[in-house]
Amino acid sequence: MTGAIIAGIGQTEFSKASGRSELQLAAEAGLAAIKDAGMTPADIDGMVTFTLDSNDELLLMRCLGIPELRYWSRTPHGGAGAHTTVQHASLAVRGGAANNVLVYRAFNERSGRRFGQPNQRVTPPGWNAYLPFGLDTPAKTYSLEFQRYMYRYGLTNEDFGRYAVVARRNAATNPRAWFYKQPITLDDHQSSRWIVEPILRKLDCCQESDGGVAMVVTTADRTPDLPHPPARIAAIADGHLVNGSVMFNYYHDDLAEFPEAEFLGRQLYATAGIGPDDIDAAMLYENFSPIVFMQLEALGFCGPGEARDYIRDGNIDLEGKLPVNTHGGLLGEAYIHGLNNILEGVRQIRGDAANQLPNVHNVMVAGGRSGMILTR
Amino acid sequence: MPTVIPPVPDLNDRYFWDGVQQHKLLVQRCASCGVLRLPPVPMCGACHATEWDTLEASGQGTVYSWILSHHPSVPDDAPRIVTLVQLVEGPRVVSNLVDIAVADVRNDMPVQLCFRTIDGVLLPQFEPVSAAS
Repeated sequence: MTGAIIAGIGQTEFSKASGRSELQLAAEAGLAAIKDAGMTPADIDGMVTFTLDSNDELLLMRCLGIPELRYWSRTPHGGAGAHTTVQHASLAVRGGAANNVLVYRAFNERSGRRFGQPNQRVTPPGWNAYLPFGLDTPAKTYSLEFQRYMYRYGLTNEDFGRYAVVARRNAATNPRAWFYKQPITLDDHQSSRWIVEPILRKLDCCQESDGGVAMVVTTADRTPDLPHPPARIAAIADGHLVNGSVMFNYYHDDLAEFPEAEFLGRQLYATAGIGPDDIDAAMLYENFSPIVFMQLEALGFCGPGEARDYIRDGNIDLEGKLPVNTHGGLLGEAYIHGLNNILEGVRQIRGDAANQLPNVHNVMVAGGRSGMILTR
Repeated sequence: MPTVIPPVPDLNDRYFWDGVQQHKLLVQRCASCGVLRLPPVPMCGACHATEWDTLEASGQGTVYSWILSHHPSVPDDAPRIVTLVQLVEGPRVVSNLVDIAVADVRNDMPVQLCFRTIDGVLLPQFEPVSAAS
Protein backbone atom coordinates (compact mmCIF):
# COMPACT_ATOMS: atom_id res chain seq x y z
CA MET A 1 0.00 0.00 0.00
CA THR A 2 1.47 3.32 -1.01
CA GLY A 3 -0.56 5.48 1.39
CA ALA A 4 -1.83 7.67 -1.43
CA ILE A 5 -5.45 7.77 -2.51
CA ILE A 6 -7.54 9.13 -5.34
CA ALA A 7 -10.03 11.22 -3.39
CA GLY A 8 -11.96 12.93 -6.15
CA ILE A 9 -12.70 12.54 -9.84
CA GLY A 10 -14.20 14.89 -12.38
CA GLN A 11 -14.78 15.19 -16.08
CA THR A 12 -16.55 17.08 -18.80
CA GLU A 13 -18.80 15.40 -21.28
CA PHE A 14 -16.97 13.47 -23.99
CA SER A 15 -17.69 14.67 -27.51
CA LYS A 16 -16.34 15.26 -30.99
CA ALA A 17 -16.69 19.05 -30.83
CA SER A 18 -16.76 20.55 -27.35
CA GLY A 19 -17.24 24.12 -28.56
CA ARG A 20 -15.06 25.31 -25.69
CA SER A 21 -11.35 25.98 -25.25
CA GLU A 22 -9.08 23.26 -23.92
CA LEU A 23 -8.42 25.49 -20.90
CA GLN A 24 -12.12 25.65 -20.17
CA LEU A 25 -12.36 21.86 -20.36
CA ALA A 26 -9.44 21.54 -17.93
CA ALA A 27 -11.03 24.05 -15.57
CA GLU A 28 -14.44 22.37 -15.63
CA ALA A 29 -12.99 18.90 -15.08
CA GLY A 30 -10.64 20.17 -12.38
CA LEU A 31 -13.37 21.95 -10.46
CA ALA A 32 -15.57 18.87 -10.62
CA ALA A 33 -12.77 16.71 -9.21
CA ILE A 34 -12.05 19.17 -6.38
CA LYS A 35 -15.72 19.32 -5.39
CA ASP A 36 -16.00 15.54 -5.67
CA ALA A 37 -13.18 15.24 -3.13
CA GLY A 38 -15.09 17.53 -0.77
CA MET A 39 -12.41 20.18 -1.13
CA THR A 40 -12.13 23.74 -2.35
CA PRO A 41 -9.53 25.06 -4.82
CA ALA A 42 -7.61 26.52 -1.87
CA ASP A 43 -6.85 22.94 -0.78
CA ILE A 44 -4.98 22.20 -4.03
CA ASP A 45 -1.25 22.90 -3.90
CA GLY A 46 0.08 20.63 -6.64
CA MET A 47 -0.64 19.91 -10.30
CA VAL A 48 0.40 17.18 -12.73
CA THR A 49 -0.42 16.76 -16.39
CA PHE A 50 1.09 15.43 -19.62
CA THR A 51 3.91 17.21 -21.43
CA LEU A 52 1.54 17.02 -24.41
CA ASP A 53 -1.18 18.99 -22.62
CA SER A 54 -1.58 22.54 -23.90
CA ASN A 55 -3.02 23.94 -20.68
CA ASP A 56 -0.68 26.13 -18.68
CA GLU A 57 -0.71 25.45 -14.96
CA LEU A 58 -0.75 29.14 -14.04
CA LEU A 59 -3.71 29.87 -16.28
CA LEU A 60 -5.53 26.92 -14.75
CA MET A 61 -4.76 28.34 -11.28
CA ARG A 62 -6.44 31.59 -12.34
CA CYS A 63 -9.47 29.74 -13.64
CA LEU A 64 -9.90 27.70 -10.49
CA GLY A 65 -8.76 30.36 -8.02
CA ILE A 66 -6.02 28.19 -6.59
CA PRO A 67 -4.05 30.70 -4.51
CA GLU A 68 -0.73 28.88 -4.08
CA LEU A 69 0.98 26.01 -5.86
CA ARG A 70 3.93 24.23 -4.26
CA TYR A 71 4.52 21.46 -6.76
CA TRP A 72 4.04 20.81 -10.46
CA SER A 73 5.21 18.14 -12.81
CA ARG A 74 4.58 16.80 -16.28
CA THR A 75 5.01 13.30 -17.63
CA PRO A 76 6.49 12.32 -21.00
CA HIS A 77 4.81 10.66 -23.95
CA GLY A 78 1.07 10.04 -24.36
CA GLY A 79 -1.43 7.58 -23.02
CA ALA A 80 1.03 4.79 -22.41
CA GLY A 81 2.30 6.95 -19.57
CA ALA A 82 -1.09 8.16 -18.41
CA HIS A 83 -0.74 6.49 -15.04
CA THR A 84 2.60 8.18 -14.48
CA THR A 85 0.72 11.39 -13.69
CA VAL A 86 -0.83 9.72 -10.66
CA GLN A 87 2.55 8.28 -9.72
CA HIS A 88 4.06 11.78 -9.64
CA ALA A 89 1.11 13.04 -7.63
CA SER A 90 1.27 10.17 -5.14
CA LEU A 91 5.00 10.64 -4.64
CA ALA A 92 4.45 14.36 -4.07
CA VAL A 93 1.79 13.90 -1.39
CA ARG A 94 3.71 11.10 0.31
CA GLY A 95 6.97 13.02 0.22
CA GLY A 96 5.57 16.25 1.54
CA ALA A 97 5.97 18.33 -1.61
CA ALA A 98 2.23 18.91 -1.69
CA ASN A 99 -0.90 18.04 0.26
CA ASN A 100 -3.47 17.64 -2.50
CA VAL A 101 -2.50 17.32 -6.16
CA LEU A 102 -4.77 17.95 -9.10
CA VAL A 103 -4.09 15.62 -12.06
CA TYR A 104 -5.65 16.74 -15.32
CA ARG A 105 -5.72 16.18 -19.07
CA ALA A 106 -8.00 18.11 -21.39
CA PHE A 107 -8.02 18.55 -25.13
CA ASN A 108 -10.03 19.05 -28.27
CA GLU A 109 -8.41 16.09 -29.95
CA ARG A 110 -11.10 15.71 -32.57
CA SER A 111 -12.25 19.26 -33.28
CA GLY A 112 -8.72 20.63 -32.83
CA ARG A 113 -5.46 19.00 -33.85
CA ARG A 114 -6.25 15.38 -34.63
CA PHE A 115 -3.94 12.88 -32.96
CA GLY A 116 -4.63 10.12 -35.45
CA GLN A 117 -3.49 12.16 -38.43
CA PRO A 118 0.07 12.55 -39.66
CA ASN A 119 1.74 15.69 -38.42
CA GLN A 120 4.32 16.54 -41.03
CA ARG A 121 5.37 19.83 -39.50
CA VAL A 122 7.34 18.23 -36.71
CA THR A 123 10.03 15.58 -37.01
CA PRO A 124 10.94 14.54 -33.45
CA PRO A 125 14.50 13.38 -32.79
CA GLY A 126 15.06 9.85 -34.04
CA TRP A 127 12.00 9.72 -36.27
CA ASN A 128 14.03 9.84 -39.49
CA ALA A 129 14.20 6.07 -39.21
CA TYR A 130 10.40 5.84 -39.56
CA LEU A 131 8.63 8.82 -41.09
CA PRO A 132 10.19 8.63 -44.59
CA PHE A 133 8.99 5.02 -44.88
CA GLY A 134 5.40 5.93 -44.13
CA LEU A 135 5.12 5.25 -40.39
CA ASP A 136 3.38 8.53 -39.74
CA THR A 137 0.36 7.64 -37.58
CA PRO A 138 0.02 5.71 -34.31
CA ALA A 139 -2.12 3.10 -36.10
CA LYS A 140 0.79 2.28 -38.39
CA THR A 141 3.61 2.42 -35.89
CA TYR A 142 1.90 0.10 -33.44
CA SER A 143 0.65 -2.26 -36.14
CA LEU A 144 4.19 -3.17 -37.11
CA GLU A 145 4.49 -4.76 -33.67
CA PHE A 146 0.99 -6.24 -33.63
CA GLN A 147 1.53 -8.03 -36.95
CA ARG A 148 4.31 -10.12 -35.45
CA TYR A 149 2.03 -11.04 -32.55
CA MET A 150 -0.66 -12.15 -35.00
CA TYR A 151 1.86 -14.17 -36.97
CA ARG A 152 3.37 -15.81 -33.91
CA TYR A 153 0.04 -17.01 -32.54
CA GLY A 154 -2.02 -17.28 -35.72
CA LEU A 155 -4.54 -14.53 -34.95
CA THR A 156 -6.70 -12.79 -37.52
CA ASN A 157 -8.36 -9.40 -37.39
CA GLU A 158 -11.62 -11.16 -36.48
CA ASP A 159 -10.05 -12.19 -33.19
CA PHE A 160 -9.38 -8.55 -32.40
CA GLY A 161 -12.98 -7.79 -33.29
CA ARG A 162 -14.17 -9.86 -30.37
CA TYR A 163 -12.57 -7.33 -28.05
CA ALA A 164 -14.12 -4.41 -29.91
CA VAL A 165 -17.56 -5.98 -29.52
CA VAL A 166 -17.06 -6.25 -25.74
CA ALA A 167 -15.87 -2.65 -25.47
CA ARG A 168 -18.81 -1.32 -27.44
CA ARG A 169 -21.26 -3.49 -25.49
CA ASN A 170 -19.97 -1.94 -22.25
CA ALA A 171 -20.10 1.56 -23.74
CA ALA A 172 -23.65 0.98 -24.86
CA THR A 173 -24.84 0.89 -21.25
CA ASN A 174 -22.59 3.71 -20.00
CA PRO A 175 -24.29 7.12 -20.35
CA ARG A 176 -20.90 8.89 -20.23
CA ALA A 177 -19.69 6.99 -23.29
CA TRP A 178 -19.68 8.61 -26.73
CA PHE A 179 -21.00 5.31 -28.09
CA TYR A 180 -23.77 5.02 -25.48
CA LYS A 181 -26.60 2.87 -26.85
CA GLN A 182 -24.50 1.97 -29.91
CA PRO A 183 -23.28 -1.61 -29.57
CA ILE A 184 -21.69 -3.38 -32.54
CA THR A 185 -21.68 -6.93 -33.81
CA LEU A 186 -18.69 -8.87 -35.06
CA ASP A 187 -20.12 -8.44 -38.56
CA ASP A 188 -20.11 -4.67 -38.07
CA HIS A 189 -16.49 -4.91 -37.08
CA GLN A 190 -15.54 -7.09 -40.00
CA SER A 191 -17.26 -4.78 -42.47
CA SER A 192 -15.60 -1.62 -41.17
CA ARG A 193 -12.83 -0.38 -43.43
CA TRP A 194 -9.20 -1.29 -43.12
CA ILE A 195 -6.99 1.28 -41.47
CA VAL A 196 -3.86 -0.88 -41.49
CA GLU A 197 -4.20 -4.19 -43.31
CA PRO A 198 -4.28 -6.93 -42.13
CA ILE A 199 -4.15 -5.71 -38.55
CA LEU A 200 -6.58 -2.89 -37.79
CA ARG A 201 -10.04 -2.05 -39.02
CA LYS A 202 -11.69 1.23 -38.12
CA LEU A 203 -13.53 -0.37 -35.20
CA ASP A 204 -10.22 -1.51 -33.69
CA CYS A 205 -9.12 2.10 -33.24
CA CYS A 206 -9.68 4.32 -30.25
CA GLN A 207 -11.61 7.50 -30.81
CA GLU A 208 -10.41 11.00 -31.28
CA SER A 209 -12.32 12.83 -28.55
CA ASP A 210 -12.87 16.25 -27.05
CA GLY A 211 -13.02 16.34 -23.28
CA GLY A 212 -11.37 16.89 -19.95
CA VAL A 213 -10.64 14.55 -17.04
CA ALA A 214 -9.22 15.33 -13.60
CA MET A 215 -8.46 13.67 -10.28
CA VAL A 216 -7.40 14.76 -6.82
CA VAL A 217 -4.62 12.69 -5.28
CA THR A 218 -3.90 12.96 -1.57
CA THR A 219 -3.23 10.79 1.46
CA ALA A 220 -5.85 9.14 3.63
CA ASP A 221 -4.69 10.78 6.86
CA ARG A 222 -5.23 14.27 5.43
CA THR A 223 -8.81 13.57 4.45
CA PRO A 224 -10.80 11.95 7.22
CA ASP A 225 -14.14 13.21 5.93
CA LEU A 226 -14.22 12.31 2.27
CA PRO A 227 -17.67 12.35 0.70
CA HIS A 228 -16.85 9.18 -1.24
CA PRO A 229 -14.93 6.04 -0.36
CA PRO A 230 -11.38 6.64 -1.56
CA ALA A 231 -9.62 4.49 -4.11
CA ARG A 232 -6.42 3.53 -2.40
CA ILE A 233 -3.35 3.18 -4.60
CA ALA A 234 -1.99 -0.20 -3.61
CA ALA A 235 0.83 -0.04 -6.13
CA ILE A 236 1.86 2.24 -8.96
CA ALA A 237 4.83 1.99 -11.30
CA ASP A 238 6.34 2.60 -14.70
CA GLY A 239 8.01 -0.12 -16.75
CA HIS A 240 10.63 0.83 -19.30
CA LEU A 241 13.44 -1.32 -20.69
CA VAL A 242 16.64 -0.64 -22.59
CA ASN A 243 16.21 -0.71 -26.35
CA GLY A 244 12.50 -0.13 -25.89
CA SER A 245 10.45 2.61 -27.50
CA VAL A 246 6.95 3.92 -26.88
CA MET A 247 6.02 4.47 -30.52
CA PHE A 248 8.52 2.20 -32.28
CA ASN A 249 9.07 -0.77 -29.98
CA TYR A 250 10.75 -2.89 -32.64
CA TYR A 251 14.00 -3.97 -31.09
CA HIS A 252 13.30 -6.52 -28.36
CA ASP A 253 14.03 -10.13 -29.26
CA ASP A 254 10.41 -11.25 -29.68
CA LEU A 255 7.84 -8.62 -30.62
CA ALA A 256 5.00 -11.04 -29.85
CA GLU A 257 5.81 -10.34 -26.22
CA PHE A 258 5.38 -7.12 -24.24
CA PRO A 259 8.31 -7.17 -21.82
CA GLU A 260 7.62 -3.64 -20.51
CA ALA A 261 4.15 -4.74 -19.38
CA GLU A 262 5.62 -7.87 -17.81
CA PHE A 263 8.06 -5.68 -15.88
CA LEU A 264 5.20 -3.41 -14.84
CA GLY A 265 3.13 -6.34 -13.64
CA ARG A 266 5.98 -7.81 -11.60
CA GLN A 267 6.41 -4.51 -9.78
CA LEU A 268 2.71 -3.94 -9.15
CA TYR A 269 2.02 -7.43 -7.85
CA ALA A 270 5.11 -7.38 -5.62
CA THR A 271 4.23 -4.01 -4.08
CA ALA A 272 0.55 -4.82 -3.60
CA GLY A 273 1.32 -8.32 -2.35
CA ILE A 274 -1.30 -9.88 -4.60
CA GLY A 275 -1.38 -11.68 -7.93
CA PRO A 276 -3.42 -11.70 -11.12
CA ASP A 277 -6.05 -13.99 -9.58
CA ASP A 278 -6.78 -11.32 -6.95
CA ILE A 279 -7.70 -8.70 -9.55
CA ASP A 280 -11.46 -8.21 -9.92
CA ALA A 281 -11.45 -6.01 -13.00
CA ALA A 282 -8.93 -4.48 -15.38
CA MET A 283 -8.92 -1.18 -17.24
CA LEU A 284 -6.40 -1.74 -20.01
CA TYR A 285 -5.32 1.19 -22.17
CA GLU A 286 -6.21 0.38 -25.75
CA ASN A 287 -5.24 2.82 -28.44
CA PHE A 288 -5.92 -0.21 -30.64
CA SER A 289 -7.58 -3.49 -29.76
CA PRO A 290 -4.52 -5.79 -30.14
CA ILE A 291 -2.79 -4.15 -27.18
CA VAL A 292 -5.48 -5.59 -24.89
CA PHE A 293 -4.45 -9.08 -25.95
CA MET A 294 -0.78 -8.44 -25.34
CA GLN A 295 -1.44 -6.87 -21.93
CA LEU A 296 -3.69 -9.71 -20.78
CA GLU A 297 -0.78 -12.06 -21.42
CA ALA A 298 2.02 -9.84 -20.12
CA LEU A 299 0.17 -9.02 -16.90
CA GLY A 300 -0.38 -12.71 -16.21
CA PHE A 301 -4.15 -12.96 -16.67
CA CYS A 302 -3.56 -15.71 -19.23
CA GLY A 303 -0.57 -17.38 -20.81
CA PRO A 304 1.35 -16.35 -23.94
CA GLY A 305 -0.84 -16.70 -26.99
CA GLU A 306 -3.91 -17.49 -24.89
CA ALA A 307 -5.63 -14.08 -25.02
CA ARG A 308 -7.59 -14.99 -28.14
CA ASP A 309 -9.32 -17.90 -26.41
CA TYR A 310 -9.52 -16.03 -23.11
CA ILE A 311 -11.54 -13.29 -24.77
CA ARG A 312 -13.54 -15.59 -27.02
CA ASP A 313 -14.57 -17.65 -23.99
CA GLY A 314 -16.10 -14.60 -22.31
CA ASN A 315 -13.57 -14.07 -19.52
CA ILE A 316 -13.43 -10.29 -20.07
CA ASP A 317 -17.20 -9.81 -20.26
CA LEU A 318 -19.01 -8.07 -17.39
CA GLU A 319 -20.03 -11.50 -16.11
CA GLY A 320 -16.62 -13.03 -16.75
CA LYS A 321 -13.64 -13.89 -14.61
CA LEU A 322 -11.89 -10.57 -15.33
CA PRO A 323 -14.17 -7.85 -16.69
CA VAL A 324 -12.09 -5.52 -18.85
CA ASN A 325 -12.81 -1.87 -19.68
CA THR A 326 -16.23 -1.93 -18.08
CA HIS A 327 -16.91 1.66 -19.24
CA GLY A 328 -16.27 0.81 -22.87
CA GLY A 329 -12.60 1.69 -22.89
CA LEU A 330 -10.99 4.14 -25.24
CA LEU A 331 -12.79 2.50 -28.15
CA GLY A 332 -16.22 2.96 -26.66
CA GLU A 333 -16.22 5.69 -24.03
CA ALA A 334 -13.67 8.27 -25.21
CA TYR A 335 -9.98 8.76 -25.72
CA ILE A 336 -8.83 11.17 -23.04
CA HIS A 337 -5.32 9.79 -23.30
CA GLY A 338 -6.14 6.95 -20.92
CA LEU A 339 -6.97 9.06 -17.87
CA ASN A 340 -10.64 8.19 -18.23
CA ASN A 341 -9.68 4.55 -17.64
CA ILE A 342 -8.38 5.54 -14.21
CA LEU A 343 -11.70 7.25 -13.43
CA GLU A 344 -13.50 4.02 -14.24
CA GLY A 345 -11.18 2.15 -11.91
CA VAL A 346 -12.06 4.58 -9.12
CA ARG A 347 -15.77 4.22 -9.83
CA GLN A 348 -15.61 0.43 -9.68
CA ILE A 349 -13.85 0.70 -6.30
CA ARG A 350 -16.44 3.21 -5.03
CA GLY A 351 -19.34 1.20 -6.34
CA ASP A 352 -20.94 3.81 -8.58
CA ALA A 353 -19.86 2.77 -12.08
CA ALA A 354 -22.42 2.67 -14.86
CA ASN A 355 -21.74 -1.03 -15.26
CA GLN A 356 -21.01 -1.67 -11.62
CA LEU A 357 -19.52 -5.05 -10.79
CA PRO A 358 -20.28 -6.81 -7.51
CA ASN A 359 -17.63 -7.12 -4.80
CA VAL A 360 -14.80 -5.19 -6.38
CA HIS A 361 -11.71 -5.04 -4.17
CA ASN A 362 -8.78 -4.73 -6.55
CA VAL A 363 -8.69 -3.10 -9.98
CA MET A 364 -5.75 -3.17 -12.36
CA VAL A 365 -5.44 0.02 -14.39
CA ALA A 366 -2.61 -0.35 -16.86
CA GLY A 367 -1.25 1.09 -20.06
CA GLY A 368 1.44 -1.43 -20.85
CA ARG A 369 4.34 0.58 -19.53
CA SER A 370 2.63 2.41 -16.67
CA GLY A 371 -0.11 1.34 -14.33
CA MET A 372 -1.52 0.92 -10.87
CA ILE A 373 -3.56 -1.36 -8.68
CA LEU A 374 -6.45 0.42 -6.98
CA THR A 375 -8.01 -1.15 -3.91
CA ARG A 376 -10.76 -0.41 -1.44
CA MET B 1 2.96 7.53 -55.78
CA PRO B 2 3.13 7.87 -51.99
CA THR B 3 3.96 11.18 -50.40
CA VAL B 4 7.26 10.87 -48.57
CA ILE B 5 8.09 12.90 -45.49
CA PRO B 6 11.79 13.53 -46.15
CA PRO B 7 14.35 12.84 -43.45
CA VAL B 8 15.85 15.76 -41.55
CA PRO B 9 19.26 14.33 -40.66
CA ASP B 10 20.86 15.43 -37.42
CA LEU B 11 24.23 14.89 -35.77
CA ASN B 12 23.26 11.36 -34.75
CA ASP B 13 21.99 9.96 -38.04
CA ARG B 14 23.54 12.07 -40.79
CA TYR B 15 25.99 9.24 -41.58
CA PHE B 16 23.02 6.95 -42.36
CA TRP B 17 21.48 9.29 -44.91
CA ASP B 18 24.88 10.15 -46.39
CA GLY B 19 25.30 6.39 -46.89
CA VAL B 20 21.93 6.16 -48.59
CA GLN B 21 23.12 8.70 -51.13
CA GLN B 22 25.95 6.25 -51.92
CA HIS B 23 23.51 3.33 -52.09
CA LYS B 24 24.81 1.89 -48.84
CA LEU B 25 22.92 0.78 -45.73
CA LEU B 26 25.29 1.71 -42.93
CA VAL B 27 24.98 0.36 -39.41
CA GLN B 28 26.62 2.28 -36.59
CA ARG B 29 29.27 0.16 -34.86
CA CYS B 30 31.03 0.93 -31.59
CA ALA B 31 34.72 1.53 -32.35
CA SER B 32 35.66 0.19 -28.93
CA CYS B 33 33.60 -2.98 -28.43
CA GLY B 34 32.02 -3.56 -31.83
CA VAL B 35 28.36 -3.53 -30.74
CA LEU B 36 26.03 -2.64 -33.64
CA ARG B 37 23.51 0.17 -33.02
CA LEU B 38 20.56 0.79 -35.30
CA PRO B 39 18.90 3.27 -35.04
CA PRO B 40 22.03 5.13 -33.94
CA VAL B 41 22.71 6.64 -30.55
CA PRO B 42 25.81 8.70 -29.71
CA MET B 43 27.16 6.56 -26.86
CA CYS B 44 27.65 2.83 -26.56
CA GLY B 45 25.44 1.50 -23.77
CA ALA B 46 27.83 -1.42 -23.28
CA CYS B 47 31.21 0.34 -22.93
CA HIS B 48 30.28 4.06 -23.04
CA ALA B 49 32.61 4.85 -25.93
CA THR B 50 31.51 7.75 -28.10
CA GLU B 51 33.80 6.74 -30.97
CA TRP B 52 32.15 4.70 -33.68
CA ASP B 53 32.48 3.62 -37.27
CA THR B 54 30.05 1.93 -39.62
CA LEU B 55 29.42 -1.52 -41.00
CA GLU B 56 27.99 -1.67 -44.50
CA ALA B 57 25.09 -4.11 -44.29
CA SER B 58 25.11 -6.91 -46.82
CA GLY B 59 21.52 -6.02 -47.63
CA GLN B 60 20.33 -9.55 -46.91
CA GLY B 61 17.52 -10.02 -44.44
CA THR B 62 14.07 -11.37 -43.73
CA VAL B 63 10.62 -9.83 -43.23
CA TYR B 64 10.16 -9.73 -39.45
CA SER B 65 6.80 -7.96 -39.70
CA TRP B 66 4.87 -5.90 -42.21
CA ILE B 67 1.78 -3.75 -42.73
CA LEU B 68 -0.18 -2.28 -45.59
CA SER B 69 -1.45 1.17 -44.77
CA HIS B 70 -4.98 2.13 -45.83
CA HIS B 71 -4.62 5.44 -44.08
CA PRO B 72 -2.31 7.32 -46.38
CA SER B 73 -0.52 10.48 -45.43
CA VAL B 74 -2.46 12.31 -48.12
CA PRO B 75 -5.81 11.02 -49.36
CA ASP B 76 -5.66 9.13 -52.65
CA ASP B 77 -1.98 8.36 -52.22
CA ALA B 78 -0.85 4.86 -53.13
CA PRO B 79 -0.54 2.65 -50.05
CA ARG B 80 2.90 1.35 -49.17
CA ILE B 81 3.98 -1.90 -47.61
CA VAL B 82 5.99 -0.97 -44.54
CA THR B 83 8.26 -3.68 -43.21
CA LEU B 84 10.52 -4.34 -40.29
CA VAL B 85 13.48 -6.18 -41.80
CA GLN B 86 15.65 -8.49 -39.73
CA LEU B 87 19.12 -7.94 -41.17
CA VAL B 88 21.46 -10.94 -41.24
CA GLU B 89 23.96 -8.82 -39.31
CA GLY B 90 21.51 -8.69 -36.35
CA PRO B 91 19.82 -5.29 -36.17
CA ARG B 92 16.33 -4.59 -37.50
CA VAL B 93 15.51 -1.71 -39.82
CA VAL B 94 12.22 -0.14 -40.91
CA SER B 95 11.81 0.08 -44.68
CA ASN B 96 9.36 -0.71 -47.47
CA LEU B 97 8.80 -3.78 -49.63
CA VAL B 98 8.79 -3.16 -53.37
CA ASP B 99 8.18 -5.33 -56.42
CA ILE B 100 5.89 -7.70 -54.57
CA ALA B 101 2.12 -8.11 -54.34
CA VAL B 102 0.63 -7.81 -50.87
CA ALA B 103 -0.82 -11.32 -51.18
CA ASP B 104 2.68 -12.70 -51.62
CA VAL B 105 4.20 -11.14 -48.51
CA ARG B 106 5.12 -13.65 -45.81
CA ASN B 107 6.77 -13.25 -42.44
CA ASP B 108 10.37 -14.45 -42.42
CA MET B 109 10.65 -14.45 -46.23
CA PRO B 110 14.10 -13.51 -47.51
CA VAL B 111 14.48 -10.03 -48.95
CA GLN B 112 17.35 -7.91 -50.12
CA LEU B 113 18.28 -4.29 -50.22
CA CYS B 114 17.66 -2.02 -53.18
CA PHE B 115 17.42 1.74 -53.56
CA ARG B 116 14.50 3.62 -55.05
CA THR B 117 13.60 7.25 -55.43
CA ILE B 118 10.08 7.70 -54.07
CA ASP B 119 8.45 11.10 -54.38
CA GLY B 120 11.87 12.62 -55.00
CA VAL B 121 13.48 11.04 -51.93
CA LEU B 122 16.13 8.32 -52.30
CA LEU B 123 15.29 5.56 -49.83
CA PRO B 124 16.69 2.16 -48.94
CA GLN B 125 14.01 -0.38 -49.88
CA PHE B 126 13.75 -4.17 -49.89
CA GLU B 127 12.65 -6.54 -52.64
CA PRO B 128 12.06 -10.31 -52.67
CA VAL B 129 15.25 -12.24 -53.24
CA SER B 130 13.62 -14.09 -56.15
CA ALA B 131 13.03 -10.78 -57.92
CA ALA B 132 16.70 -9.84 -57.85
CA SER B 133 18.92 -10.40 -60.81
